[in-house]
Amino acid sequence: MGYSKDQLLARLKELQIEFSQYEHPVVLTVEAQAKYVGNTGGFLSKNLFLKDKKHRYYVVSALVDTKVDLKVLSQRLGLGKGGLRMAPEEALGEILQVPLGCVTPFAVVNESARHVSLLLDQGFKSQDCCIFHPLSNDMSISLNSQGLDKFLKSIGRNPSYIDLEANPPVGKDQPPDLATFVPSDSPVLSDLPEKTPSSQDSTGKSVGAATNSAAVTAKAVKPSGNAQIVKEKPVDSVRPSIPAADAGKFVEELLDRASALLLSEISEDSIKQHGVQLGEVANNIKKCIGEDLKNLATIFKNTAYTEGFHAGTRYQPKRL
Amino acid sequence: MEKIEDKNQQQEEEQVVNPWEVSAKEGGKIDYDKLIDKFGCQRLDQSFVDRVQRLTSRPPHVFLRRGVFFAHRDFNDILDAYERGEKFYLYTGRGPSSEALHLGHLIPFMFTKYLQDAFKVPLVIQLTDDEKCMWKNLSVEESQRLARENAKDIIACGFDISKTFIFSDFDYVGGAFYKNMVKVAKCVTYNKVVGIFGFTGEDHIGKVSFPPVQAVPSFPSSFPHLFSGKDNLRCLIPCAIDQDPYFRMTRDVAPRIGYHKPALIESLFFPALQGETGKMSASDPNSAIYVTDSVKDIKHKVNKHAFTGGQESIEKHRQYGANLEVDIPIKYLNFFLEDDAELEHIKKEYGAGRMLTGEVKKRLTEVLTQLVERHRRARAAVTDEMVDAFMAVRPLPSMFD
Repeated sequence: MGYSKDQLLARLKELQIEFSQYEHPVVLTVEAQAKYVGNTGGFLSKNLFLKDKKHRYYVVSALVDTKVDLKVLSQRLGLGKGGLRMAPEEALGEILQVPLGCVTPFAVVNESARHVSLLLDQGFKSQDCCIFHPLSNDMSISLNSQGLDKFLKSIGRNPSYIDLEANPPVGKDQPPDLATFVPSDSPVLSDLPEKTPSSQDSTGKSVGAATNSAAVTAKAVKPSGNAQIVKEKPVDSVRPSIPAADAGKFVEELLDRASALLLSEISEDSIKQHGVQLGEVANNIKKCIGEDLKNLATIFKNTAYTEGFHAGTRYQPKRL
Repeated sequence: MEKIEDKNQQQEEEQVVNPWEVSAKEGGKIDYDKLIDKFGCQRLDQSFVDRVQRLTSRPPHVFLRRGVFFAHRDFNDILDAYERGEKFYLYTGRGPSSEALHLGHLIPFMFTKYLQDAFKVPLVIQLTDDEKCMWKNLSVEESQRLARENAKDIIACGFDISKTFIFSDFDYVGGAFYKNMVKVAKCVTYNKVVGIFGFTGEDHIGKVSFPPVQAVPSFPSSFPHLFSGKDNLRCLIPCAIDQDPYFRMTRDVAPRIGYHKPALIESLFFPALQGETGKMSASDPNSAIYVTDSVKDIKHKVNKHAFTGGQESIEKHRQYGANLEVDIPIKYLNFFLEDDAELEHIKKEYGAGRMLTGEVKKRLTEVLTQLVERHRRARAAVTDEMVDAFMAVRPLPSMFD
């Protein structure tokens, strides 16, 4: 569930960040917002939720008077001339978890927005009171950039302010100056590969007619569409004494079983067809998909290790 | 004493091979025999390949069988020690100058992965983001970002995280590593480094003081979190032969500061699609196959841009056969087609004119597609957390298992 307005306000108070809050009817535009909080002495912000062609998301937050040119921004990020678009409405709910008309830098507090890049107008730094929505359109809060920084740092974000109106040339010898703001990870991919059990099945079945090794490789190794996370099962069903971390032995065992399965499946028909070459067929299988399966297993191992490592860095030792 | 190349002696006719420039004589191709001679390293002959097979109880890697890794320094010492039960560690690296990696970039990593699996030894991978920041005039942030991006492609080559430490210079230089850098730097005069790398009075001091950074990963004491107490551990460096100057310098210095000389195993250069004389360059996407290329891209590049040794017409081709010396598809198959028998067959038929260029290109496209697809799948599974884990300064207790 997304962070709520009340949770955010509580958090700001916890961090001892000074801010003023103004309640008003729900507003969807800056103009509407200005009617209620325009004369509080603070500076309203305009907030854009953008997306690039590789499904990476950006929140651009600027003073209302700052000119923001999406084409220039796109080039400065290294996305080419037309690389930035307004993000679709669904993304607003899914990723930022805020309603329409409520884009705000505070939305990056949500887990789902972990990979959203935040670009802040350097204009905020010179104003004491900058106005944002606190995750809800029926309120506006006003605080200074140090307060915003404190909050962002508390959630592990490093706030950086840029001159949004600048238009530096971008070319072969001038790399895009905002390239570091492009998120390096696509948030949609599933972490753990699930292929090992499916490889075993397809190895057994698709090999029957196979004399074309390329086809076998392609079939046995194609990733299945669903992202099931299967961890210990394959290892246990194989043999408990195998060291789970040794990818080579793991695959040898898989292949032995696969070839055993294959050979048992071979009937008199195929014997007539292939003659003595049966042993060769099994060997071919091993040769062709052995490497692929070992690679899969290594990915599997690396992923498991990474999860453990990640957990270890956040491990809270027992309190005595 | 090993021969140190004196760059000032080059005439216009000479080929140029150093870490920042590789070019053949005008209109020709790189003369590797001359290079081995000039650099003073040894040829890697069949006896080595057989010995590796015996010691590792598995078929030698395709790059060894085909002479892609063709030169070495002291590889026999490594094998002798290994036979006595003494292990070693691997050291390789990448200069992260661009985001787009092509197949040529992957070659040392593919071979290093094989060495890691076959000999069951640990590996350190250096990302020289500082070098690229200095030589390519990138910002510090950009070079660090590229280092992380490249790390993902490197990880996708299939290294075992429990035996591999990846580090970027900007993150890791300091402590024991820096102490070794100073020890090395004290042993190399300014004149010598100018002689090896060709620096001039106009080059900034960052460049001049960089070589120790690439030298010290050859010494186990640079990694106290991995190899403490193992000062005697030997190091084997798989790399392309243009990196030889760094390690000639390192080998010269090593005994003077009480360390083993690192051993090297060196590869040929990967030819551009347009042929040996062409240059693979980042600005021409058609000069190489990139790991991000789609199946369509690969097919298009091989069909339209690969330089072939086929004859101009089918009749001529059937009569004279193909010129295998310059044919790029054959050269690429030499690198990437696993099956020795199939490659021999293709060479024979194509050379005799019985097989047409189209068929060879078709087979190449299949092989490259399989390679790129496998890489892409592995790359998709690499997360930022995985990169953090590979790059974390942590012990590797099972690194020799």
